[in-house]
Amino acid sequence: MKIHEYQAKELFRKHGVAVPDGGVAFSVDEAKAVADKLGEFPVVVKAQIHAGGRGKGGGVKVAKDAADFDQYANEILGMTLVTKQTGPEGKLVKKLLIEQGLNIAKELYLSILPDRATAKMIIMASEAGGMDIEEVAEKTPEKIIKVYVDPLLGLMPYHLRSAAFGLNIPKEAMKSFTTLLKNLYNLAVSYDCSMVEINPLVLTAENEVIALDAKMDFDDNALYRHKDVAEYRDLDEEDPTEVEASQYQLNYIHLGGGGNVGNMVNGAGLAMATMDCIKFAGGNPVNFLDVGGGASAEQIENGFRILQSDPNVKAILINIFGGILRCDRLANGVVQAAKKVGMKVPVIIRMEGTNLEEGRKILADSGLSLINAADLKDAAQKLTEAIQ
Amino acid sequence: MSILVNKDTKLLVQGITGKEGQFHTRACVEYGTNVVAGVTPGKGGMMMDDVPVFNSVKDAVVKTGANASMIFVPPPFAADAIMEAADAEVPLIVCITEGIPVMDMMKVKNYIQGKPVRLIGPNCPGIITPGECKIGIMPGKIHEPGRIGVVSRSGTLTYEAVHALTLAGLGQTTCIGIGGDPVNGTNFIDCLSRFQADDATEGIVMIGEIGGNAEEDAAEYIKANVTKPVVGFIAGLTAPPGRRMGHAGAIISGSSGTGQSKVEAMKANGINVCENLAYLGDVCAETFK
Repeated sequence: MKIHEYQAKELFRKHGVAVPDGGVAFSVDEAKAVADKLGEFPVVVKAQIHAGGRGKGGGVKVAKDAADFDQYANEILGMTLVTKQTGPEGKLVKKLLIEQGLNIAKELYLSILPDRATAKMIIMASEAGGMDIEEVAEKTPEKIIKVYVDPLLGLMPYHLRSAAFGLNIPKEAMKSFTTLLKNLYNLAVSYDCSMVEINPLVLTAENEVIALDAKMDFDDNALYRHKDVAEYRDLDEEDPTEVEASQYQLNYIHLGGGGNVGNMVNGAGLAMATMDCIKFAGGNPVNFLDVGGGASAEQIENGFRILQSDPNVKAILINIFGGILRCDRLANGVVQAAKKVGMKVPVIIRMEGTNLEEGRKILADSGLSLINAADLKDAAQKLTEAIQ
Repeated sequence: MSILVNKDTKLLVQGITGKEGQFHTRACVEYGTNVVAGVTPGKGGMMMDDVPVFNSVKDAVVKTGANASMIFVPPPFAADAIMEAADAEVPLIVCITEGIPVMDMMKVKNYIQGKPVRLIGPNCPGIITPGECKIGIMPGKIHEPGRIGVVSRSGTLTYEAVHALTLAGLGQTTCIGIGGDPVNGTNFIDCLSRFQADDATEGIVMIGEIGGNAEEDAAEYIKANVTKPVVGFIAGLTAPPGRRMGHAGAIISGSSGTGQSKVEAMKANGINVCENLAYLGDVCAETFK
């Protein structure tokens, strides 16, 4: 789960990671109040959306005086911000973070994340701060320092020293840097972060090290033990269909990009492979939907309804390999759903596995024009015909 | 022949008295797996059908000689259950549980290193040697003893591959689901090296998905070490970056973990890649004829 920069900075502040003074604002008046409290310019106005690249998109501005500030706050709040991470449709800015400008001497990069290959925490740091770190890693990998920490051992002083010396932190700023890194590491581990990133981390002219930016992503599987973070969830930032699906415990992802084929599958791997199959059949998947191994008739009904609610959907492919989820139960769920919500587009069903014959019989006896596919090849062919 | 499990495997089930634990224990017993013990703390002394229940893994191992464990413990307690099994030196630990926090699994992975145990999973369907021993939640009926080894990151995709092999009359030696989590106990290479060494295994099907670099590493390993024919499949060629596709491990982050890079790595290392699942059966039949 992602959170906003202002929320991440709240957590930073609570855990001793230095951030600039400032606060969140939901209106221009609130923004002015925060700026007044800060007392002196420059003040930075930052759009709060769940996407990176805000600066380049015009969502971050430095105000040198009150007139600047008025203009920027009015401009940014309510704008549709398009960045390389939002897609062309952009995201509506509903919140601003107002912060004190800093006297920046140097911009650094710092992130902490679990490394799947080594099962260690990685501290990644670079003197090439403010840049796209993917690009730095590709073009100049020598500029990135990686420090691996064994999660059973925890952070040791030598880890801090490797990072600090690697970044050429001046002696006067050493204490400030190591305190920040130590606190940030503890925060990342204790909150089950799948990533904490500060880009840029700044060294000020006064030799203080401060997180100018803050990005946090949390392990969804661990949210049960972080109720405070779960409350940071911002439904405005999520796809409304995904939010609805999640209420029925359906694992649904809206793909965007002009899809025309809805699909419902059991199992994440098979769901991805089915999306690929749709592409090979000349279609374009609208979604990813894994109904899981223990789907109920109610879940199948809701999944079916959600798929049909998309006006761009020209056909639906249901692909089930019956293991624990038996074909007869799936067939019953689909028939029930189709009778209840109607069938607006051709529905192709491919089933395999447990109780296949019973399932096929239920579909055949339903009196509905469901298209029964013999196998996946047949399903793909029928899909091609349906969307032509 | 087979790898890791066979008719001599003596299975204990951690979380045997839960709903899932009971259901799947019965399915394993029905398949012919020798289930010798169950563990549910606080329910020691009870029986689950004909299976004695113990309070701890150590007790169960001492009393029954169990040499494999299947774990159905809920996510918040699953890491603890794996470590308990590792501490009791159960040689093979199969964790079915889905949704274990990554931080917990990182501790587990470091904890079991150097111990005489092998962990399969978590978030996996388990492992089966057809006709001999089923440890996990896969439908037993679709399997057929035969000559192809299967290793996969995904549950239902494993069933697809198994089904295709059965229809093609090839059957399977052993099928292993290594799980869809970013940090897991057994990787492709561990399985590939065992399949290569197993005389009965004549070919291998390897099923990967987007996220991480495990498939790329495995492809290089295959080129250098595996002489048997390998069919490869990658799920998620059309998946967008930055979105977690169901499995915690199935996410393209930045330029790493894309389906395309995996397919290219497989092709470059002599693996017969099937890109369209609808043709997996054909590609297997052709490659392993």
